[in-house]
Amino acid sequence: MKQPFHPLVPYGFLSPFLIVFAVFMAYPIINAVYLSTQQTFGPDAHTFVFLDNFKEIFTNRLFYRAVWNTTFYTLGSIVIQVPIALALAVMLNQPWLRGRSLYRLIIFSPALIGPIFVGVIFSIIFQKRTGLLNKVLNDLMGWSLDFPWLQEHAITSLLIAGSWMWIGFSTVYLLAALQQVSPTLMDAARIDGAGSLQRFRYITIPAIRPVLSFVLLFSAINSLQLFELPFILFGYQGGAGGEGMTVVMYLYNSGFSYGDLGYASAVGWIVTFMSLIAVLVHRRLIHYFES
Amino acid sequence: MKTYKSELLFIQKVLTYILISIFSLIIIGPFIWLFCGAFKNNEDQFNFLFLPMGEGFLGIEWSRLTLEHFRLVLSGLNFGNSMMNSFFLASVISLCSTFFSAMGGYTLAKFDFRGKSLCNGIVFLSIIIPPSLLLAPVYQLLYNLGLLNSYWALLLPSMSSALGVYLFRQTCINSVPDELIYAARIDGAGEWQIFRHIVVPIIRPMVGAFLLISFLATWNNFLQPQLYLQDDIKLPLSVAISQMRGAYSTNYGAISAGTIVSVAPVMLLFLLLQKEFITGLTRGAIKG
Repeated sequence: MKQPFHPLVPYGFLSPFLIVFAVFMAYPIINAVYLSTQQTFGPDAHTFVFLDNFKEIFTNRLFYRAVWNTTFYTLGSIVIQVPIALALAVMLNQPWLRGRSLYRLIIFSPALIGPIFVGVIFSIIFQKRTGLLNKVLNDLMGWSLDFPWLQEHAITSLLIAGSWMWIGFSTVYLLAALQQVSPTLMDAARIDGAGSLQRFRYITIPAIRPVLSFVLLFSAINSLQLFELPFILFGYQGGAGGEGMTVVMYLYNSGFSYGDLGYASAVGWIVTFMSLIAVLVHRRLIHYFES
Repeated sequence: MKTYKSELLFIQKVLTYILISIFSLIIIGPFIWLFCGAFKNNEDQFNFLFLPMGEGFLGIEWSRLTLEHFRLVLSGLNFGNSMMNSFFLASVISLCSTFFSAMGGYTLAKFDFRGKSLCNGIVFLSIIIPPSLLLAPVYQLLYNLGLLNSYWALLLPSMSSALGVYLFRQTCINSVPDELIYAARIDGAGEWQIFRHIVVPIIRPMVGAFLLISFLATWNNFLQPQLYLQDDIKLPLSVAISQMRGAYSTNYGAISAGTIVSVAPVMLLFLLLQKEFITGLTRGAIKG
């Protein structure tokens, strides 16, 4: 069938997106390559330093601390959040469950409030004598009211706050996937004598695999961008010794506290590289589990 | 045998309810605590976990509660103004972004044209590029354009969204029949009329969902307004609360009140529209 529309129509309809992409994405990405070879002093003054930014980054102890913290947080949040979210989704998917939408609403609600607000809430939850966490743990099991969450257990605190915020998000995705699993297939397997664990392993998991894989990748990529929570909980320097420093905070500080946008662009490329590694590892794992 | 099985099922049911309830309590506990904290005077923050106990109705000492924190936040710290700013930014950005993303998504789903696969690639690239790579170069760009400390710095880059284009593309592929568009063309409808009067009504659920998604994302955005805006009068709630946390770090009551004021509007909005929101959110990952 010959194209019955004017040939310029698609370009017209796409132009707002393409213009925004060109100006605020394509040009900045290209500029980030150039900027990463510069040392800048504010947005105006700069000198060419070629690869010195990267050399400086890779000899900076604080940077390694930030990479370690971010990696540990990313792996930790996947290991904690995905199994809990899957268990919750399976429980919420039971056909006899009453009040499903109320439970779903409650569990999902933290994902509505931004990480900055979650950070503020948890900054008072983790307080020593007045905070909710120490008080409840003290009431339940005689936990010390002076337990120093923010002072000495930075990454654990981040994992707690991050899990509170994101588990519901993953649960909603997994629940939506579980609701698509064919009930006839399940019944057939039950008649054939498959136990509930077998049905879970051989029917449920393969059916929800694409969504599970999406949830894993999303958690990983999202965790690598961790910024607001530690920024609020530990201040922009990530605590006295950088206990809560993350890679994006490191980028923020170099670019906007010290004003070196060139250095910050170099860190930006390293963050991009880390996300790429996450994508590759994820692909490998998916491939491994499928064969 | 039968009773053994039904007993097992009963235990399983009870256990499920207990586990889900415990988890829901863990999720909702901080909200309740925050709500109580916003009405407690700062001495009672130390003494009582939730509301101050005493002689009053339901065993709660109502007279000890105070509205002082809300007064400080709303009039002393000008959160009302910040809330208007957040509303303004979130409404403008969600309307524009939804409109332009829907147009783009429809085009990628239903038109054949040169460079279509390149455009699909661009959408994909835009989704996977980590936002932190763009921080420094976009800041420099906005500086050169003279847009820093103005709302244009926040509005322009958010005029359309790659995620939005992707979601609307999926929706159009799944739910807008080609025949309908062909028929409308034969009847002499213009392309704009087809989009406006045929496509938009069909994809209306996704329009609602994406409006809400981008409204929430803008409301909750912290980094860009924190970097681009300088005047206190222009700050949205996300930046205002972070500054307040710095200045009033031990005034737990005021922090609680400020947080409640900041998150209550989006919570209410979500309660009204939750079904559309969750459908839209999961649409991208689940075909159906």
